[in-house]
Amino acid sequence: MSKQYETVIGLEVHVELATKTKIFCSCSTAFGGAPNTHTCPVCTGMPGSLPVLNKKVVEYAMAVGLATNCTITRHSKFDRKNYFYPDNPQNYQISQLYAPICRDGYVEIETETGSKKIGIHEIHMEEDAGKLIHDEWEDCSLVDYNRSGVPLIEIVSEPDMRSAEEVIAYLDKLRLIIQYLGASDCKLQEGSMRADVNLSVREVGAKEFGTRTEMKNLNSFKAIGRAIEGERQRQIELLKEGRQVIQETRRWDDNKESSHAMRSKEDAQDYRYFPEPDLVPIDISEEWLEEIKACQPELRTEKLKRYKEEFEIPEYDAQILTGSKQMADMFEAATAICKKPKKVSNWLMVETMRLLKEAGQEPEDMRFSPEHLAKLIELADAGTINSSVAKEVFEHIFHEDVDPEKYVEEKGLKTVNDEGALRETIERIVAANPQSVADYKGGKEKALGFLVGQTMKEMKGKANPGKVNEILKELLK
Amino acid sequence: MANIISDETIEYVGILAKLELSDEEKEAAKKDMGRMLDYIDKLNELDTAGVEPMSHVFPVSNVFREDQVENGDDREEMLANAPKVKDGMYMVPKTVE
Amino acid sequence: MEFREMTAAEIGQKIKAGEMTAVDAVKAALAEIKKQDEVLNSFVTVDEEGALKRAEEVQKSIDSGELTGPLAGVPIAIKDNMCTKGLKTTCSSKILYNFEPTYSAEAVLNLEKAGMVVIGKTNMDEFAMGSTTETSAFGVTRNPWNTEHVPGGSSGGSCAAVASGETPCALGSDTGGSIRQPSSFCGITGIKPTYGTVSRYGLIAYGSSLDQIGPVAKDVTDCALLLEAIASYDKKDSTSVKRESYDFTSALKDDVKGLRIGIPRDYFGEGLNPEVAAAVKTAAKVLEEKGAVVEEFDLSLVDYAIPAYYVIASAEASSNLARFDGVKYGYRTEEYEGLHNMYKKTRSEGFGPEVKRRIMLGSFVLSSGYYDAYYLKALRTKALIRQAFDRAFEKYDVILGPAAPTTAPKLGESLSDPLQMYLGDVYTISANLAGLPGICLPCGMDTKGLPIGLQLLGDCFKEEHIIRAAYAYECSRGRAAFEGKRD
Repeated sequence: MSKQYETVIGLEVHVELATKTKIFCSCSTAFGGAPNTHTCPVCTGMPGSLPVLNKKVVEYAMAVGLATNCTITRHSKFDRKNYFYPDNPQNYQISQLYAPICRDGYVEIETETGSKKIGIHEIHMEEDAGKLIHDEWEDCSLVDYNRSGVPLIEIVSEPDMRSAEEVIAYLDKLRLIIQYLGASDCKLQEGSMRADVNLSVREVGAKEFGTRTEMKNLNSFKAIGRAIEGERQRQIELLKEGRQVIQETRRWDDNKESSHAMRSKEDAQDYRYFPEPDLVPIDISEEWLEEIKACQPELRTEKLKRYKEEFEIPEYDAQILTGSKQMADMFEAATAICKKPKKVSNWLMVETMRLLKEAGQEPEDMRFSPEHLAKLIELADAGTINSSVAKEVFEHIFHEDVDPEKYVEEKGLKTVNDEGALRETIERIVAANPQSVADYKGGKEKALGFLVGQTMKEMKGKANPGKVNEILKELLK
Repeated sequence: MANIISDETIEYVGILAKLELSDEEKEAAKKDMGRMLDYIDKLNELDTAGVEPMSHVFPVSNVFREDQVENGDDREEMLANAPKVKDGMYMVPKTVE
Repeated sequence: MEFREMTAAEIGQKIKAGEMTAVDAVKAALAEIKKQDEVLNSFVTVDEEGALKRAEEVQKSIDSGELTGPLAGVPIAIKDNMCTKGLKTTCSSKILYNFEPTYSAEAVLNLEKAGMVVIGKTNMDEFAMGSTTETSAFGVTRNPWNTEHVPGGSSGGSCAAVASGETPCALGSDTGGSIRQPSSFCGITGIKPTYGTVSRYGLIAYGSSLDQIGPVAKDVTDCALLLEAIASYDKKDSTSVKRESYDFTSALKDDVKGLRIGIPRDYFGEGLNPEVAAAVKTAAKVLEEKGAVVEEFDLSLVDYAIPAYYVIASAEASSNLARFDGVKYGYRTEEYEGLHNMYKKTRSEGFGPEVKRRIMLGSFVLSSGYYDAYYLKALRTKALIRQAFDRAFEKYDVILGPAAPTTAPKLGESLSDPLQMYLGDVYTISANLAGLPGICLPCGMDTKGLPIGLQLLGDCFKEEHIIRAAYAYECSRGRAAFEGKRD
């Protein structure tokens, strides 16, 4: 009988914080600048420069710690992690080893098998590295320090996960919490959220953990799933062959769907951490902690409950609306204006989701304003526009954030309720389509639909369809 | 000499420090380091049990910056110091295989 | 009086009185440099053109009444480990042979605010690692009193330049005695302020938790004036301390009545040259006669400062000097195969032997398995040393002793035995570990005609005590002879 193996997984998740400036200097963190234009002596490791800590970074880290049930370290410090690499301008990274800002937390995840607590060992603050661009032409690499010094938190979980499904549920949970806090946009693809997977296998029932490997370069949920499966298989194969798993860092290649060891003779992996002499400790007072607690926004679980109770939104819809902070913010803002939560929910659930899908976008990419959605709902409700015009106007709101009132006015899309004008048009249509009239009179109900369609076409879709029906029926009596 | 520094240790420290020593330098380094460590071992005469390691001399804490962009762009002046530059970036030997 | 004999304050007064212009002063300094520096080699870079241009601007501001300070128009030299915008800053190392900073150190900016004119950058031990200025990649600096001897280090260039009159004053930096020991060897006055008093922003770090910038000059008054100019709270340096007072000149009083001075018995043991011991004891007598309460006491832990220092300073240096890798600035080796080979060759060719020795030691003591035994042990020792000083300063305002166990050794005598050289820092190093201010000033000559230095240590933020004691001693001693034996 073959042995059964269990996979044991822990995660190191790096999250780029949404500060305006870098962690240790007042350079911008904005994306898209020309190479090395968001740099200064501090973040390029110029001799003589010194770091000064961005307060906002500490506050975001505290907020994430509180939202993940961590204990906040009252006397926290920075340490230097020493290693040579060109994306790291000082050849040390300022990080936290001995007194990280948060410890001993957990988040609860839901999977098909029920809910489970995933422990958080610690959260620490550190600086991001620059970007290396590989130049094939000159067979060299080029360094851009625009990202060097962008603040990161690293969330280190306990080895509490047992499957890719749990890993993804955990990442999703973290992503939502952090997005709701406004601490980061957490985009895996763009690298504002990155996960390294620590994985080992052991025989089912074994008490001791097996030797683990660390997998890097995972930049989508799919890659994470594939890498976990690949590494699990690789380790089981090794054990079955009676060989040993080596503790090492491996790099996942998602195109090849395989990984390779990153270790070389020059990587001693001995980081010689010591307390950063250029930065002073962080003392967190009771008052400061209370201040951060008081500013914690409503998180997803609370929102979900409130949407169901306060707005009578069904569970499924509430799940989707709270599935991203931007969606929830949009829902709440539009509802606050038009006081029609169900209608707002409907527009978001149906049309918005459809258009996002069409554009291959995420809710984070929504660019229209809640005021315009609310106004559109008012216009439709008042009968100023009919439902097909409303859908058309919404597409323009979605893409160009047009003001629906102005747009309807300018394009002349208001529903025509003027009985005289309608009657005149319909009379013309009836006169021009004797065959249809005869068909209808002969009992073919379908012919009426054709006449309604012709009328709507003539009126450029702006007619009130109820009214058209009514007048037609009267004329064809 | 109480501290005997092996060839492996010197090799290893050379990797950490990114220094390539000639054979002569290695021999000298083994001797120097051994002698320094013998001298440093004098600290073991002191009973430091219960003494908090002191990294900063003053109990200063909470020195912060506000999150406001202040830095401009002096890329060209900074790049002017670099040994090799291309397209506004620092050029280094290839970092991937 | 000749220019090279004038103090900074005297030059400042002459400029203020219109008897001399800032340009005259710079020209006089440049002339001295031309005359003497071929032999002394105090300077790595002399900024003739920049200094003259700047002097003209400064003179205009003096004439218009914008600049009124006591140091306006006075020339100054800067140790070559402080960044000066657009002016080569090398740390006397091949690895930074062509580095032009894009910004100036805060201390340098402060000097410019006071209207001073930077004339050049002074030689030093490579990255401030050394006690003789012989580890410089740009040649040794010679002691103006006897050019067969070293000027001390690591601020040997600054001290030799002041002693010879190439410049009236200079900035140095002190990590383990690098201002006080060369001041002693060169017969001039230098202050290492309380840690955090002068911003370290722009000082190329050696041991970040120990480094402090300070002035070297011909007398206590100049040092106090200069310290007042450079000391500031700087938001760019997180370890900068907001002091209650930045007034250092009010302490220039010839009055030590009631000042409590302690002399550590442990400073006068084996290894101290008897001539030095005698000169220092005589200086203590002078202060006692002027009304100070002088007594001997046991400081304790004196022998543990050097080993603790070399662990901490080397560890920090191994990390601080990691950035010199041939990527962003400075030297890169000509030929290399791949990244790590480029790093290793660049650093091995770019750094001198003493720097490599300390980087190796520092990397080792931080490496896996040794951190607790060496680094934490040293930090605990540092805490004990600080406590010993705290106890001493409960009883005394000033701790008096020698600055160095001997006068300046001959060139070439020290480097062959690094450990022996390190032991020469025994009196200065503990002030850096404990963050204390210290001043060194001349208190006599040995039979070879080399100056002997007196060191006064104060409690943290109590520069006023050591400045007062030093000034009172200086008033009795009289003007030190600035001119060396050399013709």
